Amino acid sequence: MSKLPSANSEDLRARYPAVFNQPVASRAAVPAVFVAALALFIFGLNELEFSPARMLSGLRQLGWIVMMMIPPDPGSSLPAYLAAMGETLSIALLGTTLAAVFALPVSLLAARNIVPSNFFRFPVRRFLDSIRGVDTLIWALVWINVVGLGPFAGVLAIAVSDFGAFGKLFSEAIEAADKKQVEGIRASGGSALHEIRFGLLPQVLPVIAGQVLYFIESNTRSATIIGIVGAGGIGLQLAEQIRVLEWQKVSFLILMILVAVAAIDWISSRLRFAIIGRRAVV
Amino acid sequence: MPAAVSILPSQQLAALNDAYRKAVARKRLRTTLVTAVCFAALLIAAMGAEVNVVTFFGKIGNFASYFDRIFTLDGGVRVWNDIGEWFWGWKKWLSLLGETVLISYVGTLVGAVIAFGLNFLAAENTGPSVALRFAVKRFMEFCRTVPDIVFALIFVIAFGLGPMAGVLAIAIHCIGALGKQYGEIVENIDMKPVEGVRATGASWMACMRFAVLPQVAAGFASYTLLRFEINVRGASVMGFVGAGGIGQELVVAVRKFYYSDVSAILVMIIGTVFIIDIGTGWMRGRLFGKEARS
Repeated sequence: MSKLPSANSEDLRARYPAVFNQPVASRAAVPAVFVAALALFIFGLNELEFSPARMLSGLRQLGWIVMMMIPPDPGSSLPAYLAAMGETLSIALLGTTLAAVFALPVSLLAARNIVPSNFFRFPVRRFLDSIRGVDTLIWALVWINVVGLGPFAGVLAIAVSDFGAFGKLFSEAIEAADKKQVEGIRASGGSALHEIRFGLLPQVLPVIAGQVLYFIESNTRSATIIGIVGAGGIGLQLAEQIRVLEWQKVSFLILMILVAVAAIDWISSRLRFAIIGRRAVV
Repeated sequence: MPAAVSILPSQQLAALNDAYRKAVARKRLRTTLVTAVCFAALLIAAMGAEVNVVTFFGKIGNFASYFDRIFTLDGGVRVWNDIGEWFWGWKKWLSLLGETVLISYVGTLVGAVIAFGLNFLAAENTGPSVALRFAVKRFMEFCRTVPDIVFALIFVIAFGLGPMAGVLAIAIHCIGALGKQYGEIVENIDMKPVEGVRATGASWMACMRFAVLPQVAAGFASYTLLRFEINVRGASVMGFVGAGGIGQELVVAVRKFYYSDVSAILVMIIGTVFIIDIGTGWMRGRLFGKEARS
């Protein structure tokens, strides 16, 4: 690349002082952030007992495990695995549906255009936030204490943790709804419930349906793991086979999960497009 | 102008009414069918998941009483009457929570750096070759579909118990999740600066550095912060399988029925998640604020 003549570059410097004479503080900001991030990273590696030796021996071990995984082979327990997969899908479907049914009325309470008073809305929102702050696996542990081991605890765990997420998402969808239709209902003498039923719900139901389908998809993933703590589904089998080091079965189970998630992905995205058209669901 | 409602001859009206009724009937039929299919699916799912309404209502009291018990100290008083007794292990728990956040931080950083390197290969507009793009995309899909806790289970066996397995599991999951989001940002950029840089004879690397990166940096940072937030939640359960963090303590407390400990640890986890949420939200706001100004 040819250099600019020096006189010209002086000229440029004079013309754009803001570009060439930035204060040191703003020029140092980006490197400073990088250095701080790196320092914390190194501190973290140290604190979390990383060491090259452990890393190497671990990688060797991992390579060996991967070798043992090939070829994937279910042995004689294929029917049991298929049943567990069905259980996982059931947990995802049922848990999401339950969550959506219970979240809809609560999300109305958390939406600004339904409940204008901050005083009532705030506790509802914080309540939903704290439910979301607890991971699905923790909810599964709690429900196991209540209804015992098995897939039913998984359904309830997914239902509760999604209840928090749905409450927030639905209330956002409701807040984004167009006000004019609600006003139209009010102008024709409808009560508050009429406003919600005929002015609001027709607008938000497609959005909500899209979100529910999306969550069924993502819950298929969550439902595969809640078995690890004993709440049913394919996770139980997976954790067991990992514990007894049956690597061929493990890789088969992982493949099953990948295929099932891909299938649910495909079905739910088709349904979603059918319901709301080619619009992105966030 | 006088308003006139035109009244159609009854023959014509009958035909129109008929068509209308048919259309409505078709729509109703469809709705009924969809509802029926949904209910059938739910019923099958309920059988598959061994749902037992009797157990549920028989034991729902346990749910309330469980929360009653975890908020009661051994002495029989409510936990908030004796904060010192409730959080008796706060030093240990706080350091474990610190470990949890560190696991999330290190895992997110490692995953973000690798995803950053890979996403330019995976995006449709910047990927140098179709085969490479396909391979990288499938790799990312694998990383994000297998749940991180499954990776943790396997890594605990390969790398031994401890936070290292948790970090690596989160990093792998992060590569998949962030790689996809980064790729989507890159696919949405304005390609004119890239053409401009390429027209000066710059290499692929220089195109990425000087034309793509300035456009995507803020979006990348925002997604990374969001992922960090999600990973803090994920890291809080890594201990369930022995991969470090607060989860180990929690699972012991739940399994051994140390009721008040359960609530204390849960409160601390929720508090940490809140603080991280607010902190990253503030940082994201600042990032985008800067973006808007320049």
